[in-house]
Amino acid sequence: MKLFKGFYLVLLITTAILLQSCSDEPTVPNTRGVYMLMDTSGTYTKELKQAQKVINYILSQLNSGDSFAVARVDTGSFSEKDIVAKVTFQDRPSMANQQKREFRDKIDSFVKSVKGSAYTDITGGILQGVEFLNEAGTGHNTILIFSDLKEELRKGYKRDIPLQVDKYSVVALNVTKLRSDNIDPREYLDRLENWRSKVESGGGEWRVINDMARLEKILKQK
Amino acid sequence: MAFSDLFMIVSGSPAISGLIWFVVLTIIFYIARNHAHKGIISFSGAIHNGFRLSARSVKLLRNILVLRNREVLLAQGREATERMIEREFERIDATVRKDLAEYPALHRHLNEEVTAIDESFKESTEVPPSPPAWVKAVEAVAKIPAAKGDPTVGNILEDIHQSLVKSSTRALEEYRKASSKRHSLLQKMMPHWRNVLKALQNVDKSVNSLLSRSVTIDRLMHDYEDILKGTDKAQRMLSSSSMTQFFIAGFVLAIAVGGAFINFNLIARPMSEMVGGSDMLMGFKTSSIAALVIILVEISLGLFLMESLRITRLFPVISSLNDKMRIKMAWITFIFLFSLAGVEAGLAYMREILMEDSQATLALLSDTGGVKVEQNSALWITTAAQMGLGFILPFALTFVAIPLESFIHSMRTVLGTTGVAILRVIEWLLRLAGNFMRSLGKVIIHVYDFLIFLPLWIEKIIKNKNKDENTVSSAAKLGGAL
Repeated sequence: MKLFKGFYLVLLITTAILLQSCSDEPTVPNTRGVYMLMDTSGTYTKELKQAQKVINYILSQLNSGDSFAVARVDTGSFSEKDIVAKVTFQDRPSMANQQKREFRDKIDSFVKSVKGSAYTDITGGILQGVEFLNEAGTGHNTILIFSDLKEELRKGYKRDIPLQVDKYSVVALNVTKLRSDNIDPREYLDRLENWRSKVESGGGEWRVINDMARLEKILKQK
Repeated sequence: MAFSDLFMIVSGSPAISGLIWFVVLTIIFYIARNHAHKGIISFSGAIHNGFRLSARSVKLLRNILVLRNREVLLAQGREATERMIEREFERIDATVRKDLAEYPALHRHLNEEVTAIDESFKESTEVPPSPPAWVKAVEAVAKIPAAKGDPTVGNILEDIHQSLVKSSTRALEEYRKASSKRHSLLQKMMPHWRNVLKALQNVDKSVNSLLSRSVTIDRLMHDYEDILKGTDKAQRMLSSSSMTQFFIAGFVLAIAVGGAFINFNLIARPMSEMVGGSDMLMGFKTSSIAALVIILVEISLGLFLMESLRITRLFPVISSLNDKMRIKMAWITFIFLFSLAGVEAGLAYMREILMEDSQATLALLSDTGGVKVEQNSALWITTAAQMGLGFILPFALTFVAIPLESFIHSMRTVLGTTGVAILRVIEWLLRLAGNFMRSLGKVIIHVYDFLIFLPLWIEKIIKNKNKDENTVSSAAKLGGAL
């Protein structure tokens, strides 16, 4: 009788697992997707060393199954060509470590050879980031913008498009103050407010992190 | 209609309305007093009886559980004692087989030794040297009266003396030789004596062992008889033993859980190399679940191994297998367990490699990237320790089967005792609630009477007045009659 009771218990647990796996409710994958935009316009290229540190930190935090891409922000950022490096970490931790090292090397060589761009198309970069992360199919998505958030578009470029960043976390990093911001700080505040409303109206969560000593706040824990 | 509309009989004057309501209700309560009292008593009595009956049912249930516990306890005790007696008999059987099988050889050996001693003893018997035959002739010559100055007699006696000295010297040498031979023969007897003594000591040891086992069996049989009779002493003894077993087994199982946790940590990380590090199942990493399953499989194999070796008796199916099949099963489970232990040792080694790889990557990604970190030369000790633990822990977990068996068996008794205690508390609470409800009925009656104290007071005055009048009229009648 004891043997039968044990058998029924195992059967019950197995059924529960099967029911759980067959449930129609869509489950959010427990993976993270990070798309980082690096501003390469004008004098901001001097800040790229800081960006490199952020990238290394993010690499150290991501695990198997997570996706990460770093793209430059230039005149027209809505392009795959602007993606400097991208990776989806393999299931095996040893392979994931190897991928992290290769990713770091790519970023190193990019930072050494980068040339400043005349314009800054941040919106195009965000649209490209959303596209990348949607394709990656990750569960918890973050778009990092390493820029002064001053968007300058070439004539003819249309970027008055509403952002579709529902359940995305958009984080502005190292938002440096421009000379004009020092003269009139309202410009800086208006710029941040403008981006906040743009992201939040698209369903996303907006955050600003200027203190690079607090990098642990960049990524939300799984 | 709102309550305020119903209450306000005299509009604009709640005090007068309240007074009117008080008077009306008092009159109604006074008229309905007897019925209300009966109703309250019946109601509280019914609830009291309900609780009482429930308490009685719980008591009956408790008695059934107590009886059942007693039966189970005695059955378990009987089974355990039977097992112990069986084991004691098996040991006696083994001792008797071992010693009695050697008995003919021992007997022969003792006989040979005794014969050898006997022969040596016979050989060593001292034979007194016989005096030479011519001694009597010498005595006769010695008695011849010697004439003074006759040298012939003196010469003869001198010759005889010299011959005697020679003869006695030779005889003494021969005697010494013979004694030496006898002593050497007696010396040769020593090892035989020692052999005999050793053999007898062995026999004595075996007999003492049998005697001590027989004392143990006697004690166990006494306990067994007590259990069969179902005496209170036997029940108390078994109950106490079960409680002790329960706590000891629980403690050992807690230690085993700690061991399993360490084992889990050793293999969880490298398992992600095999089953992937990102897949999730029911909110847990698949690699963690896989590691847990491996540990559980090892524990199950350990249970089967202990069962096949007849150390535990959790599965009657395995115990009832024939010896050949059982030994086969023991070997198969041992081989599986050994293989899994090997796999675990490998995984533990892999864990160290992965840790080093992760640390190297993190160092590269941190600010100190590019600076080569010096490897600790004693790091192999940690690796070896991890591998050793990975190999040993599965075998150590095998022994979980023993406390697990004790825990399961004693848990029945402990649960039964706890159940009895809970039922006793419920019974007490039901009785308390029943008595409380009966007393509550009385309290409600008093409160009821308190609310209509005014008409009751008037009734009492009227009754007393009537009583006085009746007394006076009775006295008057009595006086008239007199």
